[in-house]
Amino acid sequence: MFNSPVDSGILNLPRDSINEARYLGKSIASAVHNKIKDLSTLSIERASLRMLGIRGANQEGTPWVNIFTEKCLSANLIQNGVLMILAQVCKHTSMNPQQAVEMVSENRIHLNDLIEVNGSKEIKKLCDELANKAYQNLSNKKKERLNFINTLSSGTKPYLYVIVATGNIYEDVKQAKSAALLGADIIAVIRTTAQSLLDYIPQGITTEGFGGTAATQENFAVMREALDEVSQKTGRYIRLVNYCSGLAMPEIATLGLIEGLDIMVNDAVYGILFRDINSLRTLTDQEFSRRILSFGDIIIVTGEDNLIKTVDAKEMAHTVTASQIINYYLALKSGLKPGLIGLGHAFEMDPSESDSFLHELAQAWLVRDLFPQSPIKYMPPTRYMTGNIFRGMVLNAAFNLIGVLTNQEILLLGMPTEALHTPFIQDRFLSIENALYFKNAAGNLSNEFTLKESSLMRKRAIEVLNKAVNLLKVINQKGLFNALAEGTFASIKRPENMGRGFAGVFVKGSSYYNPFLSLLPDNATDETEA
Amino acid sequence: MMFLKPYGDTLNDGAIQISFSLPHPLNETSKKVSLELALKMGIANPKITFTQELGEGFSFFIIYGNLSHEIDIDSIKTSKVKEPIIDYWDINRLIEEKFNRKIVIVGATIGSDAHTVGLDAILSAKGYAGDVGLERYPVFQVHNLGSQILPELLLEKIMDKQADVVLVSQVVTQKNIHIHNLTQLVELIEGAGLRDHIITICGGPYLSKELALELGYDGGFGAHSLPSEVASFIARRLLEKSK
Repeated sequence: MFNSPVDSGILNLPRDSINEARYLGKSIASAVHNKIKDLSTLSIERASLRMLGIRGANQEGTPWVNIFTEKCLSANLIQNGVLMILAQVCKHTSMNPQQAVEMVSENRIHLNDLIEVNGSKEIKKLCDELANKAYQNLSNKKKERLNFINTLSSGTKPYLYVIVATGNIYEDVKQAKSAALLGADIIAVIRTTAQSLLDYIPQGITTEGFGGTAATQENFAVMREALDEVSQKTGRYIRLVNYCSGLAMPEIATLGLIEGLDIMVNDAVYGILFRDINSLRTLTDQEFSRRILSFGDIIIVTGEDNLIKTVDAKEMAHTVTASQIINYYLALKSGLKPGLIGLGHAFEMDPSESDSFLHELAQAWLVRDLFPQSPIKYMPPTRYMTGNIFRGMVLNAAFNLIGVLTNQEILLLGMPTEALHTPFIQDRFLSIENALYFKNAAGNLSNEFTLKESSLMRKRAIEVLNKAVNLLKVINQKGLFNALAEGTFASIKRPENMGRGFAGVFVKGSSYYNPFLSLLPDNATDETEA
Repeated sequence: MMFLKPYGDTLNDGAIQISFSLPHPLNETSKKVSLELALKMGIANPKITFTQELGEGFSFFIIYGNLSHEIDIDSIKTSKVKEPIIDYWDINRLIEEKFNRKIVIVGATIGSDAHTVGLDAILSAKGYAGDVGLERYPVFQVHNLGSQILPELLLEKIMDKQADVVLVSQVVTQKNIHIHNLTQLVELIEGAGLRDHIITICGGPYLSKELALELGYDGGFGAHSLPSEVASFIARRLLEKSK
């Protein structure tokens, strides 16, 4: 984290505050890591099966990986890890993993009939073979994908990010292609309502959804293919985004890896606070997910923008900064390099307050200066978008100017019709045209700036940073889990033994084995990073 | 009789602007179609002021013209008879006297709606535009469940908290699901036999009192509604019910 002594950023932030924030961030992340290191979850186990390439569902649409994992649970074998059980089944029946999972799921093989799993060397070896083979396949696929991407231009920063959300993947494709041809660099397919509360991944290509389109492996593939086609047409690589969050977080990460996604929204704290997902469950899931995403070179983007949507954004700006620092160190611990950690924030202060533009600019510079090696995801105004689309264009222009001036890397474009409906095809055009103007006309503006020592924006940024440090001290003292339980964030209390998905957390047994835990990147950059 | 029509810079000029996309490439055909559509809408002298190709097979138009339609003001009936506001102190006093307990209010945005701005403006202590939120009233006990609560779960919470009032907020309109969600909740409440025991209120920028009543709610609040208006409505209803 943080600027080197040579490049102190435009704000020239006090070294002491930065060092303290850094120390606290590391300490909080380590404590979380210690607490979850002996845990696994049903969704991590299912994701491990999906890493092997297991897919499909029974006639009712229940995925095989869910049924198989439930069977392991009810046979009281889950604490060994599902891959050990699967390897055992494969060995006894000479079936491939997909067949073995289906046979067990359909009750044609009973797990209780198996000799007890004791982590014998032979089973472990087979387990390693299965995982190594899958890992190699995925690595090859990744290389192929990289070769394809390298034939294209990667576009210029900031990348323009727009959403599609029709509910129908084929309609999404039309809207996404239009946006890409008009200049968008990143397409996010919004998920269908409350998919994050499903403890499984739905199946198949879908054409109906509420508020968005189901995230399924098949839908991912449809959109990827369409965007690859547009990428080839424009010569510019178009990135695809989906949501790696909710109860099935690690499985979605796996599908993102398999289907060539580039960016995933990934933030456990959002799920804890706003979806009442159990904190132990989702922070454990997040750790595994981030290791998968790291392997896939998939950028994560975090959800700090949500922390200021229901409170005074100016007053509570420091909660965004504190959360970014925690997220940054949690991500480093999970093996993500700084360049893959897309920290989120938003333009949400009351525009009628005097100097609000300066406060927004100060906040954007603060994020940029704190995390110079990370792509920052900047979210547009939503709270003060009223249906006056003309005024909305003005606010979005102010947002775009700040985005360009402070070198935010990922600009999520505001729509003039925010708060009215999910974007129409012309809304995206108007927003892309707006952002392209600033990229082109003001792209080099940041090189022209220095701030005077007495700058109001500098003072404001330092004040926010120091308040964030104070909040981090409190969180560090209590531990993140207790802080969440006591309502430190957004005044919402989430005890660690309550909330959705808690039943899916278990302590790994002494014979637990999952070869992916040693194959996936882990905590590689923590010490080397400046 | 007094007729009203849009105004640009001369009375009765009917000046109007529209914009839309067509699922057709930008060419002479789609331009002609856009003008024909404007004429069918009653826009005389339509002029295309801007066109844009929107990727593959889509085009965008901005058109200005003069609306030929006009409306007789006398033919318009509005139902905006506002109930007088009971003030903060009176609400607390009246409820305290009558009930001698806290009134339980459960609020949420339901279904796909992730927007909590309106709900928070009404419920959170801070309120909206200087008007304090329901949480600030000592006689109200507010449970703000936040966004994207499924109607079934909301019903569960209503029963769990023994709510006197339920407040649902809906903003985003996608294929009318907001209406579907709102009616589903009313049906669930009726199914649970709670209809007469609970005051149901819905709110959101595209909701009106008329629509709310049509959907089976006791009250509805549109854009720019203030917490004090909602509090006043709740107090009035509670007092009426207890008579």
